[in-house]
Amino acid sequence: MKEETANKLKILVGAAKYDVSCASSGSNRPNKGKGLGNTAPWGICHSFTEDGRCISLIKLMLTNYCIYDCAYCANRNSNDIPRSTFTVKEVADLTIEFYRRNYIEGLFLSSGVIKNPDYTMERMVRVAKELRNRNYNGYIHLKSIPGASEELQQLAGMYADRLSVNIEIATEPNLKMLAPEKNFKSILNPMKFIRNKIIENKEERRKFKHAPRFSPAGQSTQLIIGATPDNDKHILTLAGGLYNSKNLKRVYYSGFIPVNDYDKRLPALQEPPLKRENRLYQADWLFRFYGFSINEIVNDDHPDLDLEIDPKLSYALRNPWLFPIDINKASYETILRVPGIGVLSAKKILLARRYKSLDINNLKKIGVVLKRAKYFITCKELKEPTINELKPEGVRGILLHHEKPKLSNYVTQHKQLSLFSTN
Amino acid sequence: MNIFIYDQTFEGLLTTIYEAIELKVRPDKIVSAKSFQDDLFAIKNYVTTDHAKFESIWNQVNKKTTQQVCQRIFQAFLSEGPDIEMLIYNYIKLIIDTPYNIEVNFSDNFVLKLTNIQKKVGRETQRVIMFVRFQKTIDDIYYASFDPKYNVIPLTISHFRNRFADQKWVIFDTRRKYGYYYDLNEVREVTIGNQKVNNNSGKVENDILHVSEKLFQKLWKSYYDTINIKERKNLKVHMQFLPKRFWKFLPEKDFKNKMVLS
Repeated sequence: MKEETANKLKILVGAAKYDVSCASSGSNRPNKGKGLGNTAPWGICHSFTEDGRCISLIKLMLTNYCIYDCAYCANRNSNDIPRSTFTVKEVADLTIEFYRRNYIEGLFLSSGVIKNPDYTMERMVRVAKELRNRNYNGYIHLKSIPGASEELQQLAGMYADRLSVNIEIATEPNLKMLAPEKNFKSILNPMKFIRNKIIENKEERRKFKHAPRFSPAGQSTQLIIGATPDNDKHILTLAGGLYNSKNLKRVYYSGFIPVNDYDKRLPALQEPPLKRENRLYQADWLFRFYGFSINEIVNDDHPDLDLEIDPKLSYALRNPWLFPIDINKASYETILRVPGIGVLSAKKILLARRYKSLDINNLKKIGVVLKRAKYFITCKELKEPTINELKPEGVRGILLHHEKPKLSNYVTQHKQLSLFSTN
Repeated sequence: MNIFIYDQTFEGLLTTIYEAIELKVRPDKIVSAKSFQDDLFAIKNYVTTDHAKFESIWNQVNKKTTQQVCQRIFQAFLSEGPDIEMLIYNYIKLIIDTPYNIEVNFSDNFVLKLTNIQKKVGRETQRVIMFVRFQKTIDDIYYASFDPKYNVIPLTISHFRNRFADQKWVIFDTRRKYGYYYDLNEVREVTIGNQKVNNNSGKVENDILHVSEKLFQKLWKSYYDTINIKERKNLKVHMQFLPKRFWKFLPEKDFKNKMVLS
């Protein structure tokens, strides 16, 4: 391992960094026969970069040579940049040496397409195979190359913990505009293949305990946000569809960073749309863990997420008649819909109210954040005005601009009726 | 005032609680012999650790609640916080006196407090697992120092033993001056103060470092700098996830370790 490797590392890490996925979770691979490594099902971060992202895996490209010319990609064929290629041994050595020092959870390997998809995929599979041959049981995430043969995808799944195929652009016409060599079919087919294999493998492992695993941490994909005029409804509908039909573990959203600003097909952005990316992740969470349907989060009337407030608050303000809910009686699913109350808080409320009826102080003590929630709940002795009295605009104003609660409506509603009023 | 004095071990503390319950005395204070300052007017009870008494109380707790609660109590003990002994006494008393399982009654102060302390200990344990950095030495031992806020190294041992089963390693707690050594067969507690390790930064001195060690530290630092996306800079989140107190152990945060490239 010499200076040459160091130079390659710089080039091929720089080329890989725009892939946002870095999860090491979902796999439960034990350390076989006193070898090296295992995987933690909950995932472990080992460091954090200055952009606030977690480093869990060593993220590398096997090569940044590429026959494709996708407009959004830093490694596109027509870019004049330093190019390099790792050998199989170099990647395996780096991974193992970093792993032994507890720098990483494993390897994330992607690649530019050289010669043809099969040739590229075959080399990636060889890296994974080499690592497993050295009795390395840490995490491996392989990027599947669209268009590679099913035999190679199958082999990849035998060695890797997770496979992924990136869609990048949410609608097909826009994908074709920016990446003329790609289409939805070439991406969705491998996804379908991987899904079927995973289901098959689960069935097999139920029957034969020692059947080899196939991509135990499932598969994921990535969508680039803001490179095309696709709205949030397009993006989330596609994501929701993928979760349902392809059993994806994760869809990653990556705010577009203009790497090829000379290309006039791309928008000129001042800065990456980080806020929008964040809102999309929140919406994604609502869909996966909070029992929301995509249609409740974005629809034809609201095709884009509100950037000022989170999607759950936005949903609540659009549907004020569903609130306030009684924290001591409401079901788990209903409590989850209260803005500001997460899965953990909701579970804690359910447990704690078995012992006694909860008041506002109990809620605070068990760690429920009431800043937003208090306008949407009632509980024992909560005298704060709720969304009913303040109206959605009122709550929005208080939360966003720190306006004082306007109680004009509140007061008139509760005015004592006059017995002798004549009207 | 009733003061119980024990030997600072977990078994000792549970023996103390057993005796307090047996004597039907409510302790005002439980302190370790090490931190005990004599008090003229107090009634002093010196407790001798007794394994049978420990087991008796431990089994009662286990029967009344779950395995998780036992873990929670033990981990809270490792926080070494002030008055943790009294909190554990109150918590165990509550478990024994209540006919039902109080494990998740978060509206009770003792339950909430103990759960929160355990959570902090759990988080610190996780951070050891995340941020420990091994340095390879000439005799092929992977060495790491750490300075955890709580006494959590014991909680990480099974993780490291499972993961790094084919390499010898040492994890040393610089604050409490003890550590663990895995020799490919078993893990042993070690207390040797090695002059070849800088006690502050945890760095192994150059003459006993493996020839390849500096290279991999540099490669890792280079990786760390390259994977960062400058356009997305977010130092607030960065600092929140990677507090400064860990930096001295992280080669990627070591500014003297700059990559020199031709």
